[in-house]
Amino acid sequence: MIKRALRLLPLLSLFSFLAGCETMMPEPWVKPYERHYLADPIMSFERDPVAAGYMNHVYEAREAARGAEGGSGGGCGCN
Amino acid sequence: MRNFIAALCASAALLVGAPVSANAPAADFTLASLKNGNLKLSEQRGEVIMLNFWASWCGPCREEMPLLNDLHTRYESVGFKVWGVNVDANREDAQAMLNKIPVDFPILFDSESSVSKLFGVEAMPSTVFIDRDGNVRYVHKGYRSGDEAEYKKIIKELIRE
Amino acid sequence: MVVTNCRKIFGALALSLFSAWATAAVLPEERADTMYHSYSGGGVTIDGPSVLVRKNIGNSVSLSANYYVDMISGASIDVQATASPYSEQRDEFSLGADYLVDKTTMSVSYTNSSEDDYQAETVGFGIKQDFFGDLSTLSMRVSFGSDDVMRNGDDNFLEQAEHRRYALGWSQILTTKLIAEVSVETVADDGFLNNPYRSVRYLDPTSGTGFSYQAELYPTTRNSDAVALRAKYRLPYRAAIKSEYRRYADSWGIDADNLEFRYTHPLETENLILEGKLRFYQQTGADFYSDLFPYVNATSFRARDKELSDFSSTAIGIGASYQLPERWSLFDRRSSINLYWDYMMFDYDNFRDARATQALPGEEPTYSFNAHVVRLFWSMWF
Repeated sequence: MIKRALRLLPLLSLFSFLAGCETMMPEPWVKPYERHYLADPIMSFERDPVAAGYMNHVYEAREAARGAEGGSGGGCGCN
Repeated sequence: MRNFIAALCASAALLVGAPVSANAPAADFTLASLKNGNLKLSEQRGEVIMLNFWASWCGPCREEMPLLNDLHTRYESVGFKVWGVNVDANREDAQAMLNKIPVDFPILFDSESSVSKLFGVEAMPSTVFIDRDGNVRYVHKGYRSGDEAEYKKIIKELIRE
Repeated sequence: MVVTNCRKIFGALALSLFSAWATAAVLPEERADTMYHSYSGGGVTIDGPSVLVRKNIGNSVSLSANYYVDMISGASIDVQATASPYSEQRDEFSLGADYLVDKTTMSVSYTNSSEDDYQAETVGFGIKQDFFGDLSTLSMRVSFGSDDVMRNGDDNFLEQAEHRRYALGWSQILTTKLIAEVSVETVADDGFLNNPYRSVRYLDPTSGTGFSYQAELYPTTRNSDAVALRAKYRLPYRAAIKSEYRRYADSWGIDADNLEFRYTHPLETENLILEGKLRFYQQTGADFYSDLFPYVNATSFRARDKELSDFSSTAIGIGASYQLPERWSLFDRRSSINLYWDYMMFDYDNFRDARATQALPGEEPTYSFNAHVVRLFWSMWF
């Protein structure tokens, strides 16, 4: 259990490193004012969490494979 | 390594925070507007300008539109103006939104993003406060409900100068 | 020693999480969804409601609650071969909270699932960070589940199982029209993992049918890894395509692949969004799976669960989302009615239809069946 948790530490430090490195990274190539298409709801991986969650449940019940369903990200990145 | 991370974080923390106060001459530009012809920033010397970068597809922008309109009408008589700089690629999208949420302040079209680039817009919406001498004094990134109190404080400070 | 080091690293992490950022991420949309769902195929119907409500408190906290029911009726092929038809119900409650600090979202969740003969509790922790001018999002999720497995009609039967899941995701805006995501997830199960009602069959010359049944027996651990790559692309006109590929492997010898394509096409004047989907799935079965074992206790582990066999499935799906005109919307809120239908075709390579009593054991036709999956829901945004 503790070993498992320790395996996550490099990931956590990656988080803080990436967070800290923000100001040193190259210029983002898609600017906040260029998100016209990305902000469109049709561009989200899953528009409806209740419906997407159900399909994942159906697949997991009928198939041996599981995990990595993902589905975050996208959008306008507006505050 | 820890110190390095901490140093990075500290440096990041120094560069940010909303609103950021600054004091540098605002880059000049001329843009076509919806109802007021071509508008040139440098011709507004003597006025406090609140430059608001917005898009029809940005939810928080839509939310703050009516609040910006209130600020504009309330302080217009004491030398204050809101300029709404629209960044939509298609002007019709902006027009469609303005039909639903009408505003009195000038709307400028930056379809080519040249002014957004000039001001280094890093968030949608972004608001730049320019004082009577044409200097950028504050930059506010994003909008969350309640931010209008911050806007009001800055406007009051700048119109008193 | 280890503990102090941990603390220090966590300290550095906390510092980075709570320092102020130039721009910020967003909380999930505030909305309520009320869904009727139905899965029907292979002699079984599973349907019921699902209600999901998500509401913000202030600018940085989002709470969500979900109530979900599966009502199971009918008899699948396994039940028809070895037991009598049944009906049962599974109730699931979930609560979640998301806490947003500038570009970081931290989340906690709790889920409780209960059936007559199965109780499960899961807690989850997640963290999500936007960086690189909000072009990239890194997310991480850990969850721990603990199950009590019972057997109806056997009061002395009580077993436990535990599940740990570790998921990592990276989503990346690549161009103004393209977004991609990589997800990986490791799942570790420990405990009683078989279904206490299921049986395997073995050749038995003394039986009239030529075979008999004995209880399944699975290993008590299972570790799996899955990696998925998905992308969404905005076409030159207002429509989008999604593609997704996932690869899966586990310690039971199961390998699986699936591939999905989705096309989303809005009809603006009709307030409609149409969607079409095509999905392919295939797997190789578990090492200890057999449709017909040569004799009783032939192997140390044994399964004849068709979900652990070699099989493939193809699914097609269509759906429509209709945004209700303002005159019909309740409390002046935006709302939509949505209907999705999926048709899944399962084709088993080494799971035979043991009901075919004319055939010799092991020579029955392989099993296949089709299922209809319906999702009908009403969504309202606050």
